[in-house]
Amino acid sequence: MTPEHSPGTRLDPWFGAYAARAHGMRASEIRALFAVASRPEVVSLAGGMPFIEGLPLEVIGEAVQRLIRTKGTTALQYGSGQGEESLREKIIDVVALEGVEAHPDDVVVTTGSQQALDLVTRIFVDPGDVVVAEAPSYVGALGVFRSYQADVVHVPMDADGLLPAELDATLTRLAAEGRRVKLLYTIPNYQNPAGVTLSLERRPQVLEICRRHGVLVVEDDPYGLLGFEGDPLPALRSFDDEGVLYLGSFSKTFAPGYRVGFVIAPHAVREKLVLASESAILSPSNASQLAVDTYLETCDWRGQIKAYREMYRERRDALVGALAEHLPSASWNVPAGGFFIWVRLPEGLDAKSMLPRAVTGRVAYVPGTAFYYDGRGADHMRLSFCYPTPERIREGVRRLASVVNAEAELVQLFGTSARPDDDPTDVEIPSPDLA
Amino acid sequence: MTSTARAVSSPVDARSRPDTSGMSDPSGSPPTPGPVVVLAGGLSHERDVSLRSGRRVAEALRAAGVEVQVHDVDADLLTFLRDSQPAVVWPLLHGASGEDGSIRDVLELLGLAYVGSGPRESRAVWNKPVAKAALLSAGIDTPPYVTLPQALFRDLGAQTVLDAIIERLGLPLVVKPVQGGSALGVTRVEHAADFPRAMVNCFAYGDTALIERAVDGVELAVSVIDAADGPRALPAVEIVTDGAYDYDARYNPGPVEYFAPARLSPEQAAQVADVAVRAHRTLGLRHLSRTDMILPPSGVPSVLEINVAPGMTETSLLPQAVVAAGLELPAVYRELVERAVPSRSA
Repeated sequence: MTPEHSPGTRLDPWFGAYAARAHGMRASEIRALFAVASRPEVVSLAGGMPFIEGLPLEVIGEAVQRLIRTKGTTALQYGSGQGEESLREKIIDVVALEGVEAHPDDVVVTTGSQQALDLVTRIFVDPGDVVVAEAPSYVGALGVFRSYQADVVHVPMDADGLLPAELDATLTRLAAEGRRVKLLYTIPNYQNPAGVTLSLERRPQVLEICRRHGVLVVEDDPYGLLGFEGDPLPALRSFDDEGVLYLGSFSKTFAPGYRVGFVIAPHAVREKLVLASESAILSPSNASQLAVDTYLETCDWRGQIKAYREMYRERRDALVGALAEHLPSASWNVPAGGFFIWVRLPEGLDAKSMLPRAVTGRVAYVPGTAFYYDGRGADHMRLSFCYPTPERIREGVRRLASVVNAEAELVQLFGTSARPDDDPTDVEIPSPDLA
Repeated sequence: MTSTARAVSSPVDARSRPDTSGMSDPSGSPPTPGPVVVLAGGLSHERDVSLRSGRRVAEALRAAGVEVQVHDVDADLLTFLRDSQPAVVWPLLHGASGEDGSIRDVLELLGLAYVGSGPRESRAVWNKPVAKAALLSAGIDTPPYVTLPQALFRDLGAQTVLDAIIERLGLPLVVKPVQGGSALGVTRVEHAADFPRAMVNCFAYGDTALIERAVDGVELAVSVIDAADGPRALPAVEIVTDGAYDYDARYNPGPVEYFAPARLSPEQAAQVADVAVRAHRTLGLRHLSRTDMILPPSGVPSVLEINVAPGMTETSLLPQAVVAAGLELPAVYRELVERAVPSRSA
């Protein structure tokens, strides 16, 4: 080698300048594979996208046109950091369906509940603090916790949701270790990804345990009104005004494109959330808020939720039926609502390493490792039934069965087994495909 | 054509080409080519990379005054191409259909001019063992290898076959699908215990595996571009990485340090350029190619693989080589488009 060679380049002059929290924010092989899943040739059982085609688009279009004509100067202007008062009033009516009693002043409107998660974590979590979450848990929440350099400790669930005794034992152990637990993050209804619901009996138990350990509960409830069997269970927030931050969203019950979510929080927390939100985005979109407000005022939103429930139940049944017919070697739960089924693969199969084969076979899912902070979950995959039609779901499962059978043969041939993800940051960044 | 790593010489100095469009310019350079269609996306595992490559090339061509449309490949492709009648098509599809020759077959069928190698040559390069055999016949070194379909492991017993491979090739090994790029499905096997897992990862991308002896040394990529007087090598790009040069390393700025030109002596630079140009010629490639190789301590470059549709993303190697040659991407890409026009009758 000669001394006059030019210096090397990392193609990013700021490579050494990024904050530690930016670690893991990068393109990955898994994310690249999801680029194919968005094509119509692929049956995607991966994304949690609501079936927007089910909305009365013409009615909504007319209402939004009228909104701009009559309230355009407000809709297109900056707004309040806390959110539009008329929408906050209507949010109180919506959450009352799950037994939540609150005042419009308790509500902070956010840019989707994803921003609510970000704000809550920002004001409560220092680097190294612990967030306790269900095992498995929502990939988008894990990404937020990671970006604030929190440590996530998972607590197991069964068919009735979070196990109170395990939660108590975990919080006791962490306290003994001198770890500071700030939040319990939970999705009590039709959990993402596991599909299970925290039983009525366990709800007060979980709250009592968290109260005793001084841990704030973050109740993330995007699917609560999308149950298939009877009335929704009372929200955790309905039992406790002070110890629960309730996160809600219009993304699943109306339309994610508007990006309107909200937090219901005790007074002091609410004040900090508003200040944090103003520093991040000044104010949530007035146009979006007023569109949702108009929808709630002029459209039959309760009827729409009922229609969604019926449609999603039909799709769940299609998925469960197809799994029983084509994939009897796997096991799964039957969710009573929401969007997802959590499937355990036959012995030895690794959902992450199988994904390229699935994409080749024109079907997509989310590998279970995305939903753990510690690399577990390789033996599971999340299937969503919200977007494809029943016919497409059945076709997707047929394709998936071929993929699983081929992979099973391979695994048997080489004697390998599912193994922990050696890089659990792969799908850290929440994307619409994984929502 | 000498075998040294000379920069491509354009008929008109690349840096002096005007950015504005026009049918001709006072220097007498060729008129602005007609509309160009960049094909990107598709359904391969490398769709995301292809979309990024397509956007970058389109951007550069527009900067060179060329009218460009980027088109994803779907069932409407034939209708679209018939209706739009582009002067030149640039297939920037990575992975299957893009690099296996099939899209190029379609372009030939439609009588459309395109940038890049023909279908038969693309097919040969896409199938790594076919390309390796051709290279060996031409006296170009490539790591010792075996190519085995999944069915053979089933018929003969996986462990027996794996043991035999290790006995013959030794460790470490590299396992990769016989077809495909971007290091998808590629695993370096240091220990025998990791071999079965590497095979499973590989077979997730295809039914046949290429297993070759790992060669340690300086990792290099040498791009070749056809100039007026024949194929010429651009300066070699050296890749230095702490871990594997895998998908993450390839498409995220930061973890990899690139040296362009590579830190080679003039003799070594000439040697690797010669290998890349010979590989390009041996395989009958056209317009552009990229040869990935290792320069081991023995001093004999060992070719790992050749690409007929090399990546054109922000972190890709051919664009780095163009810049290292003192050329500008818009001018070089425009010249490739201009060069493609006569290929219709070639």
